Amino acid sequence: MNAALALSQVACVRGGRTLFSGLNLQLPAGQLLRVAGANGAGKTSLLRLMCGLLGPTEGQVLWRGQPLAAQREQWGRDLVYLGHAAALKDDLSPLDNLLTACTLGGQVAHRAGALQALADAGLRGFERTPARRLSQGQRRRCGLARLVLARSSPLWVLDEPFNALDTAATAWLEGLIRAQLLRGGSVVLTSHQGVALDDTPHQVLSL
Amino acid sequence: MKSINWFHYAAPQRFYPLAGRLVPWFGTLAVVLTAIGLYIGLWVAPTDAQQGEAYRIIFVHVPTAWMSMVVYLAMAAWAAIGLVFNSRLSSMMATALAPTGALMTFLALWTGALWGKPTWGTWWVWDARLTSELVLLFLYIGFMALHSAIDDTRRADRAAGLLAIVGVVNLPIIYFSVQWWNTLHQGASVTFTEAPSMATPMLMGMLVMALACWMYCIAVALARVRLIMLERERHTVWARQALGTA
Amino acid sequence: MNTHVATQPLPPAAPQGWLEGFRCVFQRDLRIALRRRTDSLAAVVFFVMVVSLFPLGVGPEPALLRTMAPGVVWVAALLACTLPLARLFADDLQDGTLEQLLLSSHPLPLLVLGKIAAHWCGSVLLLVLVSPLLALQFDLSASSTGVLLLTLLVGSPVLSLVGAIGAALTLGLRGGGVLMSLLTLPLVIPVLIFGAGAVEAHTAGLGVAGHFSLLGALLLLSLFAAPLVTSAALRISME
Repeated sequence: MNAALALSQVACVRGGRTLFSGLNLQLPAGQLLRVAGANGAGKTSLLRLMCGLLGPTEGQVLWRGQPLAAQREQWGRDLVYLGHAAALKDDLSPLDNLLTACTLGGQVAHRAGALQALADAGLRGFERTPARRLSQGQRRRCGLARLVLARSSPLWVLDEPFNALDTAATAWLEGLIRAQLLRGGSVVLTSHQGVALDDTPHQVLSL
Repeated sequence: MKSINWFHYAAPQRFYPLAGRLVPWFGTLAVVLTAIGLYIGLWVAPTDAQQGEAYRIIFVHVPTAWMSMVVYLAMAAWAAIGLVFNSRLSSMMATALAPTGALMTFLALWTGALWGKPTWGTWWVWDARLTSELVLLFLYIGFMALHSAIDDTRRADRAAGLLAIVGVVNLPIIYFSVQWWNTLHQGASVTFTEAPSMATPMLMGMLVMALACWMYCIAVALARVRLIMLERERHTVWARQALGTA
Repeated sequence: MNTHVATQPLPPAAPQGWLEGFRCVFQRDLRIALRRRTDSLAAVVFFVMVVSLFPLGVGPEPALLRTMAPGVVWVAALLACTLPLARLFADDLQDGTLEQLLLSSHPLPLLVLGKIAAHWCGSVLLLVLVSPLLALQFDLSASSTGVLLLTLLVGSPVLSLVGAIGAALTLGLRGGGVLMSLLTLPLVIPVLIFGAGAVEAHTAGLGVAGHFSLLGALLLLSLFAAPLVTSAALRISME
């Protein structure tokens, strides 16, 4: 897989405040980008800008040399974005949620694969419980289970993925990220706490 | 409006002084044309055989009704340009036009009521034009309400702009359906939309008044867009200079 | 917890049918609507209540009620359809699934159409099917009631489609439902006129073909245009 996310001269103005400007960034395949900064510095805005949810005030975001708007369908398959909220429907079970998320992401979802992914995420036995009965940590892990099935997506953009995870789950997620980098994919993430991924090829961007 | 290179004046700081120079011209034209139009309407045009002197209100009613439509079209056009070309000034023009258009619509409704009382005996008649004007007023109010409900100016401009475009596409459908509804229910009764026979002075008077309203709308819209520009760009150097606080 | 993760990429997914996104969202939303029956039934109860208020307001004289029936039922349907629509996207915004819809590889207009279709099937269809019972309250003739039912069947999807535009534009705003109704109601006046007009024409013995062809034209226009406009509005609101 070749992955190349490029930001050129990107500026972001939200609510009258300039969060950042003149930002240039190249993220080649197999690299991790960690976005650091205080609360309100614009980390989430930057991630949403990279996904194409937000338009930059100046500059442009390129994926494989093309602007995002020109390749919406392919971009939808190449990108997996996990935001702050776990993106779960409270009335549905983790299994239904995961299958829907995969279908929307452009992947054919098999029940067997989804059940295995949920088991990997430590949710064995909870696959059919309505999501509203899961704990915060379980909801977060259910959202992350999508990453197990997202092995053909070259770019993962994760906003505070380590929130509400215990040590075992943190180690599991780190393993997933390492595997993605080894496959030649790229990962962008924000995190408050230190992340034990300093041995992987990575950049740090401080806002 | 005067320059060949449109994009030169697309920047607020260049359009601000241009608009400032244009406002007095359009304002003067509006006053002069109103004077001429009212002279024709109140003195020159003959008394109507059926309706007496009361019919003279059409010299305000019809032009304001025409303008309410024209301003909506202009507003939607500016909003479309603002959406497609991502131009701040175009969206500001659309926002500036909305209150003027709403005023024209309100005047048309009010003068329609004033005409209705001596002519038909009631303050309100559910004829096709008045009902359409009422719906148009709702569309204007919806535009202004949506714009003011959104704090982020960029989102407000684009959302209200999209609404204006939807409104403009819907407007012919609404007019047609109201027309249909009216003929279905009123049958053969005479409505405002029919002018039995327009004597030339009457037509002249209405055209002059329509032109006067048009000049007024342009003058007011330009003045308002200057205020909007100052408010939105108040942090920039040129705005502070214009306000005298730099 | 499995910490041995595969390092080989999954094979790229076979291209899905173009209706796959629509089907996925439709099934999901319909399943949720069926599990939240109280929300769906609230619109129907509101509809019944509003229609029942009119005789209390204008008196029980049968001739008057018979004349008023099509208009009253249609206005009540307008209100009952548009008010709950304000929340069409609100839940998705809150739990983060709306962002995933915007980032999906499927065309957003098709996904939006799936949501609207699920909403119509879950809430509005029941309302439409209850309307003949209400027509009974107004002593409307059997054939006129049939025409009323048909006009509602053809016209209520238009209400849902245009209402979705309003819902997308007012997403996350404080004014919420009232503002959305303010924007939507002027735009659906033609549907009201043709729908109620068809029933009145039938009662008067005139043909209704014209009314139905116009309603059908409005339905086709909104089926094509409303999802596109709603998608644009969603992207604007989510920025």
